[in-house]
Amino acid sequence: MRAAPYLLCVPALVLFAGVVIVPLVMTVLLSFHDWGQYKGIEPVFILKNWQEVLGDSYFHEMFARTFRIAFFVTLLAAVFGAPEAYILNRMRSPWRGIFLLVILGPLLISVVARTLGWALLFGGNSGIVNKALMGMGLISAPLPFMFTETGVVIALAHVLMPYMVLAVWASLQRLDPQVENAAVALGAGPFTVLRRIVLPQVMPGILSGAVIVFALAASAFATPSIIGGRRLKVASTLAYDEFLNTLNWPLGAAVAVLLLLALVAIVWGVNRLVERRYAQVFA
Amino acid sequence: MAFLELEKLTKSFGAHNAVDGLTLGVEKGEFVALLGPSGCGKTTTLQMIAGFVEPTSGAIRLGGKDLLAIRPAKRGLGIVFQSYALFPHMTVAENVGFGLEMQGVGAAERRTRVGETLELVGLGAFASRFPRQMSGGQQQRVALARALVIRPQILLLDEPLSNLDAKLREGMQIELRQIQRTVGTTTILVTHDQAEAMALSDRIVVMNQGRAEQIGPPHEAYERPATPFVANFLGKTNLVDGATVRPERISFVAAGLAGTVRTRIFQGNHWLFQVDTGAGLVTVIRQNSGEAMPGEGDAVHLAWEGRA
Repeated sequence: MRAAPYLLCVPALVLFAGVVIVPLVMTVLLSFHDWGQYKGIEPVFILKNWQEVLGDSYFHEMFARTFRIAFFVTLLAAVFGAPEAYILNRMRSPWRGIFLLVILGPLLISVVARTLGWALLFGGNSGIVNKALMGMGLISAPLPFMFTETGVVIALAHVLMPYMVLAVWASLQRLDPQVENAAVALGAGPFTVLRRIVLPQVMPGILSGAVIVFALAASAFATPSIIGGRRLKVASTLAYDEFLNTLNWPLGAAVAVLLLLALVAIVWGVNRLVERRYAQVFA
Repeated sequence: MAFLELEKLTKSFGAHNAVDGLTLGVEKGEFVALLGPSGCGKTTTLQMIAGFVEPTSGAIRLGGKDLLAIRPAKRGLGIVFQSYALFPHMTVAENVGFGLEMQGVGAAERRTRVGETLELVGLGAFASRFPRQMSGGQQQRVALARALVIRPQILLLDEPLSNLDAKLREGMQIELRQIQRTVGTTTILVTHDQAEAMALSDRIVVMNQGRAEQIGPPHEAYERPATPFVANFLGKTNLVDGATVRPERISFVAAGLAGTVRTRIFQGNHWLFQVDTGAGLVTVIRQNSGEAMPGEGDAVHLAWEGRA
């Protein structure tokens, strides 16, 4: 019977529509509604919120900061995560399993708990990180970590590192181990093998890990709100404040939708780039 | 003194000797095959020559120099891997040119030599392709070109044809032999395929449990196997009254060892018979010359040289 496959899809489709499509459409509609301090939300169709979000330099700064943080988090995750995955891949059992657990273990702990841990390490002038850096003589005065972009970037990079490691590791496992030997036999040194042979082959893995990390960093909420606080708002904490403090839901909705659209555009663009660049080489 | 010398070469993994005191001399320009079943130590031997595996004891000398003192990257050997191990992110020309680039050969000379070598393996028109866009046989040739272009002192072939289908394999055997004759590179082939070893090499080393059972020209090893293992590994044999007899040496005669044909199999260019005799089951191979052959259940008499 032809209808059977479609009928089987119905429960999943209903669920998808109920929990994703409907709230999303409602949020988009909400962003076009009006709001006043005393009149509350008015279900009309106006562009006021969008004009404000797109025109006001306050929001420009917010979004610029969000994507700047996401960019540096991604960079940090790639610089540390890719070598980590490579080392992990070369380990023998049981060490490989143990260290994989060490890397993935943090995913089992709540992001809030992990971020509060970073807040303890960073906190104040007598924070452990500052004490350690000064003790080693690397800095003379305490560095501000709390309520700064640096602090948010470090904490977020730690939180999101496992996603990068997993993505790179997956692409490393598709590598033919003989390929490195082949390069060595042709006279390549260890560094050349890494740069010319291994890195180009795991590049798609690094890029797909980067897309995940970037999207999660740009939409992260817990870490920026704890480390960044009220002083250092990003798009997600901004939307939260509009919804729950100012109670300007329509403006919050406009911020949220804009963040979503920007992320979709970036992820889609990178994917197109990766597919076009590597289509011939890897299928 | 031979060009390449392996002296009492041993590799142990724990208590197990993967290669056990192997001594072998290979002359310049010679094509030698290491032949044996899986786990006989042939691949480990190759990897020790290449430098990917450290010997437990013994010596390897190339042109009188200690090869073990030289890093793998500096040995200057050409290797064709079983999986070809081509660089998937590079074009054919970049793959083949990689070794020259590592040697610091200039771009112009590199282009010339890459072009020449690709012509040699019949891939002149494929320089800008990626490995993924090529067939198994073509990838195999790229791997060969990549190994040959650096003008290696020794060419090491690790089961190079085992991933190709039977028909392609036969064609590549002939071509490989011709290319090796043309460039004259000393070559060591590792294979478990006795037909391949016999077709390609000047000498074969039949290996079993880390040891060389026999070293000699293919024809000699086939005709005068030193041990029962060699006799069995190099084609079919019959053990009749304590003597080994090759099936194709047995003919049907009017009077001889009496028996009954149990099975008869037609294989195109030859017939294969299994004959029940007083001395046990005997395998007989007769060329298909168009003559009438006995059928299943027929009473026959067998004879061979050295037995009436």
